[in-house]
Amino acid sequence: MPAETGINSYVNGPDENGRFGGFGGRYVPEALMPLTLDLEAEYRRAKADPAFWAEMDDLWTHYVGRPSPLYFAERLTERLGGATIYFKRDELNHTGAHKINNVLGQVLIARRMGKTRIVAETGAGQHGVATATACAKFGLKCVVYMGAHDVERQAPNVFRMKLLGAEVVPVTSGRGTLKDAMNEAMRDWVSNVHDTYFLLGTAAGAHPYPQMVRDFQSIIGKEARAQMLEAEGRLPDTLVAAIGGGSNAIGLFHPFLDDAKVAIVGVEAGGRGLDNKTGHCASISGGRPGVLHGNKTYLLQDDDGQILEGFSISAGLDYPGIGPEHAWLHETGRVDYVAITDKEALAAFQLCCETEGIIPALEPAHALAYVMKIAPRLPADHIICMNLCGRGDKDIFTAARALGVDMGGMPQPAASQ
Amino acid sequence: MGRISETFERLRSKNKAAFIAYIMAGDPDRTTSQAIFDGLPAAGVDIIELGLPFTDPVADGEAVQMAGLRALKSGQTVRATLDMVADFRARDTTTPVLLMGYFNPLFSYGVERFVADAATAGVDGLIIVDVPPEEDDDLCRPARAAGIDFIRLVPPTTDGVRLARVARDSGGFIYYVSVTGTTGAAAAVPEEVAPRIEEIRKVTGLPVVVGFGIRTAAAAAKMAAVADGVAVGSAIVSKIAENGPVEQALEYIGELSAGAHSARA
Repeated sequence: MPAETGINSYVNGPDENGRFGGFGGRYVPEALMPLTLDLEAEYRRAKADPAFWAEMDDLWTHYVGRPSPLYFAERLTERLGGATIYFKRDELNHTGAHKINNVLGQVLIARRMGKTRIVAETGAGQHGVATATACAKFGLKCVVYMGAHDVERQAPNVFRMKLLGAEVVPVTSGRGTLKDAMNEAMRDWVSNVHDTYFLLGTAAGAHPYPQMVRDFQSIIGKEARAQMLEAEGRLPDTLVAAIGGGSNAIGLFHPFLDDAKVAIVGVEAGGRGLDNKTGHCASISGGRPGVLHGNKTYLLQDDDGQILEGFSISAGLDYPGIGPEHAWLHETGRVDYVAITDKEALAAFQLCCETEGIIPALEPAHALAYVMKIAPRLPADHIICMNLCGRGDKDIFTAARALGVDMGGMPQPAASQ
Repeated sequence: MGRISETFERLRSKNKAAFIAYIMAGDPDRTTSQAIFDGLPAAGVDIIELGLPFTDPVADGEAVQMAGLRALKSGQTVRATLDMVADFRARDTTTPVLLMGYFNPLFSYGVERFVADAATAGVDGLIIVDVPPEEDDDLCRPARAAGIDFIRLVPPTTDGVRLARVARDSGGFIYYVSVTGTTGAAAAVPEEVAPRIEEIRKVTGLPVVVGFGIRTAAAAAKMAAVADGVAVGSAIVSKIAENGPVEQALEYIGELSAGAHSARA
């Protein structure tokens, strides 16, 4: 059931109530409703304001370094011996991931609304770093909530945020990951609505966040589309991106949704395997619809509707939900959602380092692991475009531990086999 | 007329404000929780709010969060909470019982099935904090159709046109949240609350109850002087967390109730 206004289109959602089919909506306490409605109105004004987009373009060009290159991964293509593989290099952005695309947009919105204090949740720390960066640039107070477990496994990013002037609050409730950080950020927001803007890092949450984050991240897909036409004279056959909440993925996918010939695959974190109920973060492959953090979407939950703690080696994918537009794209069948295990992602992480001289983040390593599965079976004229949405500097400690390398106090080169 | 309106009517005729107590169902375990629940009317509680535990209570402060986790750890489920209400109803047919919590466990249970089972068990109202009027079709309308009041929280930030809309969409009473924030946050100030209650009374004929940030009998008395009812949650839940005998928790609740009931004496 394609979206509202154009009967054959997938790109017109959400509807006025923030719905993508049956998903999305505004499931927030009344204390947040007036602000949510204000935000929606302000975003609508900004979206129609050429001056807003001129400022975005200027920031994207001179501060982020866009457009990010579309890169032919030649040695990887040779190694896998099948499909032609391109990377969309969003790891080359300022702050090292796609997160900054969205953060700058929302900071401009927050300033238009007269808010002076920004709160954000972060998992891997990439969104926290991007938020702290933008707040430093614009002189805004910044508070980042981060699960205590993530604070430990992403120490370099914690230090970066502090350098950038942010207050990092470790969250000890729950298992201390992204879900718990999200709860605390929302509690802060509920308590400080008068001066505080909640800068959500993924295409989830209450309307208008999923739409707004998608619109800002769609710069990825718009560029990739034009770059692919220039490089190959045609569109790619398959798009692949990793999904936690799903912002880098929807950013790449959205401008291609109505290109029926382009196959689209979202890769969820399979952790220790889908047969282990609390051992993965694959909300679509291993969850069912529910309501959490402002939206109706696929969630990991038990039989009584209690939210389950997921698991993934990648802190950025360690979240029990997924953006509502993905839930809808899954139900319509437009996008395929698959899962990749920690082990498969680690193998892809290493292969990318060795063959391309690029240390990827563990998040896009999941997307790459799926590419490794399908590429060998495909012909050379099949073009795959994968979103390399983050760089792996932040992950070398986690990867070293998983690969059994003791880095001790002395940084050692990442694993070799 | 339902139990909620009958209760406010009866108290109004005695020139008294309602005292509303919140406990978390299944905290610290089902048996203890049922014993406290059953003892509430004798402790002077006019309306009971029974919390439905949820893993991710974004509108609650630490006391209620911890209570929910204790309840879940003891194995509490939606069905078990409905069973607690049915057990209570076998002994008490007049005290209104409200269920307070978050939407996902009810969505998971199945909304139609839930409202039917809740009505059968003897539930009078629902306070489900993450379902605003924008999402009425999900729960508010089915609950109303089953004869269950859908009670809305009105925080200080909701005013003007939106206040009228939220009030129009409420049943039972209006629950005025006296502080901006989560449950158990800063203490409420009666001087600030009184004008807001007047504002709410201009747009609805429903009773107005004040909650959030009331921790003592004296504070309950002050709020009861300006509102139709006073709700206490986090302070009671914190008392229960001390794990003393059931009587001790009920005694404390009795003191709060006496405070609320003394206001207009």
